[in-house]
Amino acid sequence: MSLTTAALRATLPVMFGYVPLGMAFGMLFQDLGFPWYFATLMGIFIFAGAAQFMSIGLLAAHAGLLEVAVSTLALNSRHIFFGLSVMSRYNCRGLKKLYLIFGLTDETYSLITGIPAQSHGRESDYYLAITALNQSYWVIGCTLGAMLGRMIEFDTRGMEFALTALFLVLLIEQWSKVRKPYPFVLAAVCGLGALLLFKEQMLLISIALSLVLLVLSRRRLETGG
Amino acid sequence: MSDLTYLVLVILVMTAATFLTRAVPFLLLHRRADHPLLIFLGRYTPPAIMTILVIYSLGSVDISQPPQGLPELIAALLTVTAHLLWRHALLSIFAGTAFYMYAVQSGLFL
Repeated sequence: MSLTTAALRATLPVMFGYVPLGMAFGMLFQDLGFPWYFATLMGIFIFAGAAQFMSIGLLAAHAGLLEVAVSTLALNSRHIFFGLSVMSRYNCRGLKKLYLIFGLTDETYSLITGIPAQSHGRESDYYLAITALNQSYWVIGCTLGAMLGRMIEFDTRGMEFALTALFLVLLIEQWSKVRKPYPFVLAAVCGLGALLLFKEQMLLISIALSLVLLVLSRRRLETGG
Repeated sequence: MSDLTYLVLVILVMTAATFLTRAVPFLLLHRRADHPLLIFLGRYTPPAIMTILVIYSLGSVDISQPPQGLPELIAALLTVTAHLLWRHALLSIFAGTAFYMYAVQSGLFL
C-alpha cells in the first residue's frame, strides 16, 4: 500500500468529521455577511475548529484584537501538551516540520500517536500526508458551508459523531499498545472531575492536571506499576 | 477601520495565536527532543489525552432531556464492540456514525 493510500485510509474518519463541522462553521460565518472566501482563508490560515467557531461570536461582537488574542491562546493552550508528546516523532527539518507543527490539531495528533506508520522509515512523509489531508477536508468543509449556506439539501445531522467514534477507536488502540490502566484511569478521573467542575475550560484543565500527575508518578509507571 | 480590515486583522491575530500554542514546546525544547522525560511523555500522554477527548466529546450530551443520551450511548457501544471484534477502524467508525445519524435524524428514542 502506498504512503498516500495509507494516509487516505487513516484520515477517512476525519473527513467524515471535518467536512460537516467545517460546513457548520461556514454556514454560521456567512450569516455575518462577509464574502464566502474568507471562510476558506480562515480554514487555510487558522486551521483550528474550536477557535474558528469562537471567532463567530467575537466578530459579531466586534471584539478588540487583544481579546481575540487572549481568548485564542486560552482556547488552544492544550496544544502545548500535544507538541510535548510528539517532539521525538517530529524529527524532520525546515518547512516540512513547520507545517507539521502548524497542523497539529486534536485529530491529527490522535492519528499520529495512535496508528503506526506503515511506511518504511519515511514517517515524516506519512505525518505530512495525514496533516495535509486533514487540512484539506477542513478547508473544503468551511468553503462549502460558506458558499452554499442554507441551500444544502443533504442532511448531515449526526455526522460529527465520526470524531467521537474516531477517539473511541484510537483509545482502544492506545490500550493495546500501553496495557497499563494507570494513565487511562488517571485521565478519566481528571476528565470527569473537570467536566463537572469547570465545563468551559474542561480540556485544558484536565489535560494539564493529568500530565502533571503522570510526571509525578513517572517512577512508578516505569518500574512496571 | 473598515469591516474587511477588521476581519483580516482578526484572522492574522488568530493565526499567530494558534500557531504559537502549537509551536511553543518546539521553540523552547528543540535541543532536548531525546530527553527521557519527553520520551516518557510521548508514551503516556496519548492514552491520557485520548481518554479525555472521549469524555469531552460525549460530555456535552444532556441526559436530563429525552432521549437521555441513548443515541450516543448505543452508537459508542456499537463502535467499541465492532472494534473489539474486527479491529477495522473504518468499519467501527462507520457503524457507530451511521447508527447515530439514523437515530438523530429519524427521532428514534424520542
